[in-house]
Amino acid sequence: MSTISPSTDRVRHVDPTRRQQAVAAWALALPFVLLFVVFSLGPVLASLGMSFTDMRRTDIRDPFAVNPVGLDNYVQLVQDPLFRKVTLNTLLYLLLGVPATMAVALLVAVGINRVERFSGFLRVGYYLPVVTSIVAVSVVWKFLYRDNGGLFNTVLGWVGIDGPGWLDSTTLALPSLVLMAVWRNFGTLMVIFLAGLQTIPQEVDEAAEVDGASGWARFRHITLPMLRPTLLFGAVITGLGYLQFFEEAFVMTKGGPLDSTRSATYFTFDQFGFGNYGYAAAASYLLFLAVVLLTWVQFRWLGERDEKGATR
Amino acid sequence: MSTLTAEKQAAPPKAPASRDGGEWRRTPGWLYAVLFVGLFLVVIPFVWMLLSSLKPEAEVRSVPPTWWPETITLDNYETLFTKLDFPTYFMNSAIVALAVTAGNMVFCSMLGYALAKLDFPGKKALFAIVLGTLMIPGVVTFVPLFVLTTNIGLSNSLIGMILPFLAGPFGVFLMRQFIQSLPDELIQAARIDGAGELRIFFSVILPLCGPALATLGILTFLTSWNNFLWPLVVAQTEDKYTLPVALALYSVGQNATQYGLLLAGSVVVVLPVLAIFLVLQRHIMQGIAMTGIK
Repeated sequence: MSTISPSTDRVRHVDPTRRQQAVAAWALALPFVLLFVVFSLGPVLASLGMSFTDMRRTDIRDPFAVNPVGLDNYVQLVQDPLFRKVTLNTLLYLLLGVPATMAVALLVAVGINRVERFSGFLRVGYYLPVVTSIVAVSVVWKFLYRDNGGLFNTVLGWVGIDGPGWLDSTTLALPSLVLMAVWRNFGTLMVIFLAGLQTIPQEVDEAAEVDGASGWARFRHITLPMLRPTLLFGAVITGLGYLQFFEEAFVMTKGGPLDSTRSATYFTFDQFGFGNYGYAAAASYLLFLAVVLLTWVQFRWLGERDEKGATR
Repeated sequence: MSTLTAEKQAAPPKAPASRDGGEWRRTPGWLYAVLFVGLFLVVIPFVWMLLSSLKPEAEVRSVPPTWWPETITLDNYETLFTKLDFPTYFMNSAIVALAVTAGNMVFCSMLGYALAKLDFPGKKALFAIVLGTLMIPGVVTFVPLFVLTTNIGLSNSLIGMILPFLAGPFGVFLMRQFIQSLPDELIQAARIDGAGELRIFFSVILPLCGPALATLGILTFLTSWNNFLWPLVVAQTEDKYTLPVALALYSVGQNATQYGLLLAGSVVVVLPVLAIFLVLQRHIMQGIAMTGIK
């Protein structure tokens, strides 16, 4: 991560070159910076500003003529039973989705890392769902989850189980969406974990095996600690994904039944659709805060454990 | 191990030598069995999607379901492309994805180079901004972005869909990582030859970025092709729908119960990217390994 490369060190005393470099660098950065300011930074700040106003759809042509309402939107959000519900749902998506996705990805990665043949083929196969559209696979899974004639209940029927209506139940719908999301998402983590596993020197593992350590002991005391930075990174990016859960619920359940699958992003989208722009902006900002907080907590938590860990 | 060497030399090597831990580490057979069963489970929704899309509507909804179609028909696809407007949606998706891809390849490699090889005031801050942008969820920006695009006359337009995604932080990060690995001597030699800084980028560095640009291009195309929330917000009339927008709205709208049709629509969305991925997967895997991000 050295930002000063040897070349720049050597030319440091030549002033005109440095000037030229700076001019060239900013010229090269200009398109990105412009797009960033207009389409990212601007909207992020505008969203914060909007969240303190009563802006509605009717103000769209005159966005600066809205009334400031202070923290009203936030106060209202905290008191809104639906917002509480979607916050809880979003937490459930996070708490079910992240561990499940990581566990599946780790299992598959350890397995593929161990095989001598077909590892490339297996990796590509397991990665397939990741490249596909969430909307499209949600349509497919909605069909698989059908009560009568769906794939799941047909297979369950073979062993005599009368499968439930997965997406019609307020308790089962959310876990069912998570299951699909795990299937759709674990491939990314699998590839990242595989890259992490390959940095673990095989000698350590072999030495432990010679010493009689069981497979589980080696996994627990060698693989896991050495993989900790990779796991941390994986947890963060997976968590960010589940916090923004939306498309699956939009297509498969429309947020139902009884809002049991509606997420915070879905809520924001709904409020936008109702024309409550200020309210939607406030909701999105609370979600943004959660994103920042989650990243911070996960780096803190896993970072500390890394220091306490035996390795390095 | 030395006894195995002679035999192995005759056959093409199956695995890199460093992974060859000797006979006692041979992969157990059950592991292959488990991994291939797992792979089968992962792939089955795609197979089911494809097979069902080729059945007539009555067979799609039959209980118990048929596995292999009793009647193979392209009726669902014909409906999509003649009665519904899937050719338009397909074109919209392709135009948006190609434009976004081109923009990212150009703009991200420019900034990536500056961050990797040039020394300038504000560099650290700029890199921090790039990394910070990776964390901004789309849901935070879409409401003000909608107000903005409406006021500059770009709502319900493909340009409005494209512009906000024209230069993403992921591309900058990927290109910076790659360009950092190129030798500094190349740049110095060009400077000594009197080449200007921009010229060095365009005629020395860029031609060497082929592999990274390929990775970036493919990943950006896939992401853009599958993008949903922003196109859903921008598109207000059917002629501006992208494929995921059209599919999602059909699936919750009046076509909600036409399974065969919707599954055929899913095939149309999924098949092109699966094909691109299978042909070019090497680049994608490299990209993930290089940056650790999808």
